[in-house]
Amino acid sequence: MSVLIYTENAEGKFKKSTFEAISYARAIADQTNTNLVAISIGDVADDQLNLIGKYGADKVLTVSNAQLKNFVNQAYASVIASAAKKESADVVVLSNSFSGRGLAPRIGVKLEAGVADGAVALPETTGDKFTVKKTAFSGKAFATVQLTSPNKVIALVPNSYHVIEKPAAGIIEAFSAETKESDFKAMVKEIVRSTDKVSLPDAEIVVSGGRGLKGPENWGMIEELADLLGAATACSKPVSDAGWRPHSEHVGQTGIAVSPNLYIAIGISGAIQHLAGISSSKVIVAINKDPEAPIFKVADYGIVGDAFEVVPQLIAAVKEYKASA
Amino acid sequence: MKILVCISNVPDTTTKITFTDNNTQFNTNGVQFILNPYDEIALSRAIELTEGGKGSVTVINVGEANTEPTIRKALAIGADDAVRINAKPHDAWFVAYQISQYVKQNPFDLILTGRESIDYNGSKVAGMLGELLDIPSVSIIKKLDVDGDKGTVEREIEGGKEVLAIPFPFVAGAAEGVAEPKIPNMRGIMSARTKPLNVVEAAEIKNNSEILSYETPAPRGQVKLVAANEAEKLIGLLHTEAKVI
Repeated sequence: MSVLIYTENAEGKFKKSTFEAISYARAIADQTNTNLVAISIGDVADDQLNLIGKYGADKVLTVSNAQLKNFVNQAYASVIASAAKKESADVVVLSNSFSGRGLAPRIGVKLEAGVADGAVALPETTGDKFTVKKTAFSGKAFATVQLTSPNKVIALVPNSYHVIEKPAAGIIEAFSAETKESDFKAMVKEIVRSTDKVSLPDAEIVVSGGRGLKGPENWGMIEELADLLGAATACSKPVSDAGWRPHSEHVGQTGIAVSPNLYIAIGISGAIQHLAGISSSKVIVAINKDPEAPIFKVADYGIVGDAFEVVPQLIAAVKEYKASA
Repeated sequence: MKILVCISNVPDTTTKITFTDNNTQFNTNGVQFILNPYDEIALSRAIELTEGGKGSVTVINVGEANTEPTIRKALAIGADDAVRINAKPHDAWFVAYQISQYVKQNPFDLILTGRESIDYNGSKVAGMLGELLDIPSVSIIKKLDVDGDKGTVEREIEGGKEVLAIPFPFVAGAAEGVAEPKIPNMRGIMSARTKPLNVVEAAEIKNNSEILSYETPAPRGQVKLVAANEAEKLIGLLHTEAKVI
């Protein structure tokens, strides 16, 4: 038996969420007294591959060929499932990223495995019981799900587990995967990545604006504050519905659920649907002129005041803090 | 073009979530159930794509008789007919398996789901269905266009997007951006009553997951307020006390 971790990369580089997933998978391997094997797909340089061992993988399988250069959901699922079979892995871990969410269900079917998506904590493994805590009701609750099949697939939510250095052998080994022609029906036409921006699901700090900002022309200060903090920008549903900001920035029950270390809500009153999407944030800061706004019920820190006065002061304060740090 | 839209019956977005029986059951008492908002987006796009005699839209739901108001809502929005697989939707695997059995008998060009249901948020049915039918699946799409016998989709990736061309048949999970949700009009509501709703019995399968219990997020402490003219104090607290910057 072993644990298999799929180490997702973006243009040949591993992200923090991948290292979190490796650390998480290492902990499961320790818990169940078994090895951790990683699988990396696509062009990844050795210096990156070596990092996988640093966080605890005993072995690193690599697959790279022209067909697998870009992410193809079906083919990647085949590769990961065939690696799991070859390594007799009964637990497969991946990141609950956009791609991970496409892969996990397909791998689950291939391995006849129960799938725990949206995992937020290490599984409990006592006797033959295997339970995982996962998000449910769009952030309004958690469910403890028992996976009853011999094989299991777990997708870990970014920012919910620590990156832990735990050097292991990390022996790199080429793996020839079984794929079939029908795995390559979907053709990637174009990939657009805005590299100068922090991606919202991965962000450790999120600066989010609501209707209180009155219009898209006032987002300059939100972006400036986000840039200074190395944060991603986000918004509430009315803002994306009005077309002030793209849908990809909408945080809430029917948008993206985020779990950053710091979530700064500016001019957001805090409708129940919005609060659902931010409930996993470690620290919430609210800036709103209405002291009765529901956002203050969930916030750890708050300023009651006009965003147009408070945000410029915050920007100045962050600049000063950065200059002195 | 024949499109199948998989729909689920979920608690309204304003629902306060509580549990009963020692936190093992979701408390449905007083809860209003709705058509899953992402499924509504998928359905709206399916209707747009087939308008003007270009095809048909079937909605399918795995659920007991109590989901029929939601199915009728989908018919009122504009689906041509509906199928209900008569079973409690145990988990994503159960639902995907049942739908795959139906599709194997009744093929479709395009199968749409929502990106996730807002109750269990698994994002799993689309991928499982794709695997069970051995066809491509895309988990979270922001745009969907059709040209002849293939589709072009825009998929969300961290910090960007990916554009894919995929030949029929395939499965895709719709997110915001794919379409504006359609609101049923009076004619739609009237005709929904007489549109076909076929009830199919479920196939037996072995489950591979069970929800044992639920919990709600730990309550947060009292908010610490900082005066509006003391922004630097807030930054200080975030640095020294919360240690997040």
